Amino acid sequence: MSADFVFEVDNLEKNFGGLAVTRNVTLAMRPGDRVALIGPNGAGKTTFVNLVTGHLKPDSGKVRLGGNDVTHFKPTQRVHHGLVRSFQVTRLFLDMTPEEHIALAILQRSGKSGRMAGNYISHPGMLFEVDELLSTLGLTAMRHMKVREIAYGQQRLLEIALAMALRPKVLLLDEPAAGVPQSDTGRIEEALSKLPGDLAVLMIEHDMDLVFRFAKRVIVLAAGEIIFDGSPTDVTRDPRVREAYLGSYGHDRNVA
Amino acid sequence: MTAVNEIPLATSAPTGHGHLKRDLIGLAIISLFAVLGYLVFPNNLALLTRIIAILLLVLSLDLVTGYCGVATLGHAALFGSGAYAAGIAAVHFGITEPITMVVIGAAAGAVAGLLSGAIILRGHGLSQLVLSIAIIHLFHEAANKASTYTGGSDGLSGIAPDAVFGLFQFDLWGRTAYIFGIVLLLVVFMLLRQLVQSPFGMLCRGIKEDPVRISAMGASVRGTLLKMYTISGAVAGVGGALTAISTQVVGLDSLSFTMSAEALVMLVLGGTGSLYGAFIGTFVFMFFEDFVSAANPFHWLTLVGALLIAVVLCAPRGIYGTVVERLPSLWRRRS
Repeated sequence: MSADFVFEVDNLEKNFGGLAVTRNVTLAMRPGDRVALIGPNGAGKTTFVNLVTGHLKPDSGKVRLGGNDVTHFKPTQRVHHGLVRSFQVTRLFLDMTPEEHIALAILQRSGKSGRMAGNYISHPGMLFEVDELLSTLGLTAMRHMKVREIAYGQQRLLEIALAMALRPKVLLLDEPAAGVPQSDTGRIEEALSKLPGDLAVLMIEHDMDLVFRFAKRVIVLAAGEIIFDGSPTDVTRDPRVREAYLGSYGHDRNVA
Repeated sequence: MTAVNEIPLATSAPTGHGHLKRDLIGLAIISLFAVLGYLVFPNNLALLTRIIAILLLVLSLDLVTGYCGVATLGHAALFGSGAYAAGIAAVHFGITEPITMVVIGAAAGAVAGLLSGAIILRGHGLSQLVLSIAIIHLFHEAANKASTYTGGSDGLSGIAPDAVFGLFQFDLWGRTAYIFGIVLLLVVFMLLRQLVQSPFGMLCRGIKEDPVRISAMGASVRGTLLKMYTISGAVAGVGGALTAISTQVVGLDSLSFTMSAEALVMLVLGGTGSLYGAFIGTFVFMFFEDFVSAANPFHWLTLVGALLIAVVLCAPRGIYGTVVERLPSLWRRRS
């Protein structure tokens, strides 16, 4: 594969016992790509994410980041190589403030999270970067509130801010709009549109409107296999995708 | 956004400067109480010194339980290791310089912390608790069997520390030991306040709330916790060394399950995750124990139990935690 791919997955396979949950999955992304991964429930999206982040080991196949084979890397090492994920259900520190969240991510990125003296506020450039990120995502007003006190939609935004603070090369967004009221999805979408231009984003999402507006390319996963990889305009016309989502009403005769 | 205008008023901005101010106030209050203790209970300085030693254990427990969310019933292993190391150094190796003894105690506590952390952190929740109980029993049994060094069940006696800086002899009334203990406590407390506010402390609080998120940020959860466990061991070791120096004996009770459990009770009583709660919990528990057992030697444990139930039911965040939580609303109602 050519070197300009920042993220590559080759022939990834995973079986749980006799059940093949990921079958021969191959995809590659360039910097700046905006890809949506969709699929019906049980298609193996979560397994795929876990294989990519390193929380599950594949039975075969390779994962590469910036040309480096990271298949045998631990999840934290993959983060150091620029692969960052967000979570479908927010995973935040409920008793900490948004400012502290961002500061911790910045400290972690710059290898200073193990420092045992001083305070994050005293780190040069820290407050400037925190300010910038929080204002980009419209979270400035609640920067000193505990996360448990802010609205879920804002928590989702903070989740994105946290990922951005780590300055990834590849970002896996696991349903960024999940659980957010319809009225707030606009805010999420706006935040997503502000993601850096050279960042490769793979978004897993159920909200089709969001998928169609965000993604330049759609990949459909069904029963562990990629059944479609192409433009958003073609995806709804694809017969295999329709079958995966709508079932096989048209094939009743075969069953009988 | 309507919220923009109201929210910043409700929450004051925490700054590095504000933390320092609060800690200096804390330090002043502790010093004030230390002086008061010296003046009001001149005949009870031995008890006060013991409270300081236990307080160091409870502070050290707060580091792993309050800041990292690790449940343990074996924390006295770290305390006892410090006590025995300082005692053995004095009795068998002739190292009787008190500050050196404290350093030895801290080092031994750190090693015990690293060791027990490496084992306890393999488990989660209940299994963590069970592993910690196993560890305290192993430490206890090891000290019991190695009687050549530890004196076994008779205890390790004959610890005779030198004068502090060659000037201040450890006297019969325990004045030197008390002041020595207070100075150790103040130094440790200031260092720990620094630690828990540092980036490392923030990382630990993050782990307590969501280790998965921390590892998704690329930080090592196990490595961070092990570091904190080692630091916690050093603090408990200082406490252990202080008992060895002040009482001049070390007994198996310093490595006991009972002491581990009591330390946890004191921490919960005062409130976890603030260091200040450890102070309040230890003092309330130890004084209560002392006074009530003197007043009624037969039923004092019943009363301690009743106190615990009352606190856990009425103030689930501990005495300090609950006061801090309710104070702002009481304040607002007043004004």
